[in-house]
Amino acid sequence: MTLADIILLTAMVVASLWTVMTRSLLKSTIGLAFTSAIITILMFRLNSPLAAVFELSVCTGLITAVFVSTISLVKPLTHKEIVKLSKDRIKRFWYLPVIMVVAGLMLAFFNIPADLKMPAKAMESDVRNVLWNSRQIDIFGQIVVLLAGVFGIVLLFKEIKKR
Amino acid sequence: MMGANWHLFTGFAFFIIMVLIAGLYCILVTRNLMRVLIGLELLTKAVTLLIIVAGYVTGYVALAQSLVITLIIIEVVVMAVTAGIILSIYRHNASLAAANLRSLKG
Repeated sequence: MTLADIILLTAMVVASLWTVMTRSLLKSTIGLAFTSAIITILMFRLNSPLAAVFELSVCTGLITAVFVSTISLVKPLTHKEIVKLSKDRIKRFWYLPVIMVVAGLMLAFFNIPADLKMPAKAMESDVRNVLWNSRQIDIFGQIVVLLAGVFGIVLLFKEIKKR
Repeated sequence: MMGANWHLFTGFAFFIIMVLIAGLYCILVTRNLMRVLIGLELLTKAVTLLIIVAGYVTGYVALAQSLVITLIIIEVVVMAVTAGIILSIYRHNASLAAANLRSLKG
């Protein structure tokens, strides 16, 4: 594990913490996109370029666009409601950094056995071969899930239009 | 070699568990439906990275990538449909608070 990995992983944790702690939903979505972008870099470093490209285009791009468009369709809160909710939020969310620090200390001092048996190093195979030859049912599942999603969205928006 | 790989895995797992805690806490504590979705997304991202690290450590990089691609496809469909449902709930109740969902049948 290199210093660059540690810096990237720390940035990922800080971005996820900011995503959860920030008050604005829009900032939260930007934090999520930032977390996703850091994960993309980590995936590239771990010899997984195809998964990284999917993560960057779909998770960082598409999901952020879906979230931002959903947030833009929702009416913002009034100043009075914001003040009331801010006090409530601080009460509920200040525990998170404390829990993370405690969990981090516990994990650091927890004695993980380093001699765990790993499976034998597999022969490197192309991801396209694995996806099309070994995991054909996964592709079928993906098609079914995508179709279900499309029909779901069509039905939901049809219902909204009717009202 | 295996020892070095195991150290790499534990090092990554340490930070991934932190992200999992953040996502889980977000889902448990928040009352806003959009934030629940954001927490779920954080959990999925942590799992995605964990699969990639496991693939790298064990040498099954191609298999891990194919699993992650499937995971991302399912994730994006779940997020899009859930965002539509949340929007529908907002138009029905004029609120995103989970506590206000009392008009459900059953």
